[in-house]
Amino acid sequence: MENKRAVVSVVGKDQVGIIAKVTTILSGNQLNILDISQTILQDFFTMMMIVDVTGVENLDQLQQQFDELSEELGLKINIQLEEIFKAMHRI
Amino acid sequence: MDIALNEMLETIRMIQMENLDIRTVTMGISLYDCADSDFDKMNQKVYHKITNYAGELKEVAEKVEKEYGIPIINKRISITPIAEILGNATKEQAIELAKTLDQAALTLGIDFIGGYSALVHKGISKGDQTLLDALPEALSETERVCASISVASTRSGINMDAVGKMGMIMKEAAERTKERNGLACAKLVVFCNPVEDNPFMAGAFHGAGEGEVVLNVGVSGPGVVLNALKKHPEADLGEVSDVIKKTAFKITRAGELIGREVAKRLDVPFGIMDLSLAPTNALNDSVAEILEEIGLKRVGTHGTIAALALMNDAVKKGGAMASSYVGGLSGAFIPVSEDNGMIQGIVDHSLTLPKLEAMTSVCSVGLDMIALDGDVSASTLSALIADEMAIGVINKKTTAVRVIPVPGKKEGDMVEFGGLLGRAPVMGVNGFGSEKLISRGGRIPAPLQSLIN
Repeated sequence: MENKRAVVSVVGKDQVGIIAKVTTILSGNQLNILDISQTILQDFFTMMMIVDVTGVENLDQLQQQFDELSEELGLKINIQLEEIFKAMHRI
Repeated sequence: MDIALNEMLETIRMIQMENLDIRTVTMGISLYDCADSDFDKMNQKVYHKITNYAGELKEVAEKVEKEYGIPIINKRISITPIAEILGNATKEQAIELAKTLDQAALTLGIDFIGGYSALVHKGISKGDQTLLDALPEALSETERVCASISVASTRSGINMDAVGKMGMIMKEAAERTKERNGLACAKLVVFCNPVEDNPFMAGAFHGAGEGEVVLNVGVSGPGVVLNALKKHPEADLGEVSDVIKKTAFKITRAGELIGREVAKRLDVPFGIMDLSLAPTNALNDSVAEILEEIGLKRVGTHGTIAALALMNDAVKKGGAMASSYVGGLSGAFIPVSEDNGMIQGIVDHSLTLPKLEAMTSVCSVGLDMIALDGDVSASTLSALIADEMAIGVINKKTTAVRVIPVPGKKEGDMVEFGGLLGRAPVMGVNGFGSEKLISRGGRIPAPLQSLIN
């Protein structure tokens, strides 16, 4: 099966336990994290994770779980397929 | 990681804060095989073909939108110009067909269906005449049907008889929808040199050179271009062009990816990418504000055309490199009612109708979504159309007129059209008439293609 990868992005105010809570959702869905990077930009916490979503039919349900967490932490969390980033930034 | 963190952030910022979106995925459907001498049969065939071919359009587009995290604002359909299949149908039947199209759009949950159209730039056939007769009623009794009429081309000149009729049709369509500020006219475009694969409304139709079914995509992102330029306040104009080019490239690549994915899932050939910068009333999603960022105090002042020419050309260059199949109208739209910067320009008396006309000679389309004094005569409307057609014919480009003579409104009033169509300040027209020009009728011959000065 073709490899399918998605980017999980988290942007917002830094606080305790962001990574723990996001990765809990991922492991709860049996999703492997391939890469992770994080930085603090002007007090804003920014994290990107590349996640293997091969075989995942519907990202909707994941996004819903992230939406609930977004609400709880006051952050923006999104999951989107990686191709969109490649298309825009690589020739 | 292949993609750097800052690149990902840039994409996310474009989508979440700068209104980068796929403005429309438009499915083009040929209706030639629906033609039938029995009108009722044709009517049914049209409905079934459209709802069958586009049955999954909305659902698939919404799924792709969620997976890639980039909004697709509109799902639309363009069809074979209806006049070409009308045959011996009567005016009443043509109106009924418009209602059928409206119903198909409603069933599919799409916002507009374009192609209630006729190509009469050289002459008017029987079916064309029926469609023209039906237009005012058809547009005022439907919600989602868009019409376009081609009345001029560089190869055939300007059909002034058709131009004369369009003035009257616009007046009647406005009058029939006077309680909604003449909204019917917002769904009617008069074209010179129309393109056959335009995904944007109201001017979309599925041209005679197109295949059975195709998926065309229109992207947009004035907000993205504006924000990119804001980071280079000291750049010279060559660098400004470069910034716009690079931004247009990225926007177009995102659009092409999404378009191809939707086409693949629908098992429909991918047609073209239209990389027009199309504004919306969202904050900072304005073409006028880009021109102001380049260096104008207010859009409409001296230098507006130079700035617009630079921008339009840079958008095309960036987009052309990003996609193998660039088509449609590609460039920049300057609708007034859908662009907060344009509205402000008019309110501040910086932007005028003559300047808007001049702007259309260097941007992708024409006089778009402009509200006019309700007392404007049909012949003045026709003359305004004729001017715009002449600009297109001589400059070998697409030009268009979509103006709304708003019944009962005067220069300086503000009218609301609602939704994507926005609001517009009513503009006055030149008080001197042009009746004689219009009443002469006939055709303005096609121009020479050499001796071009």
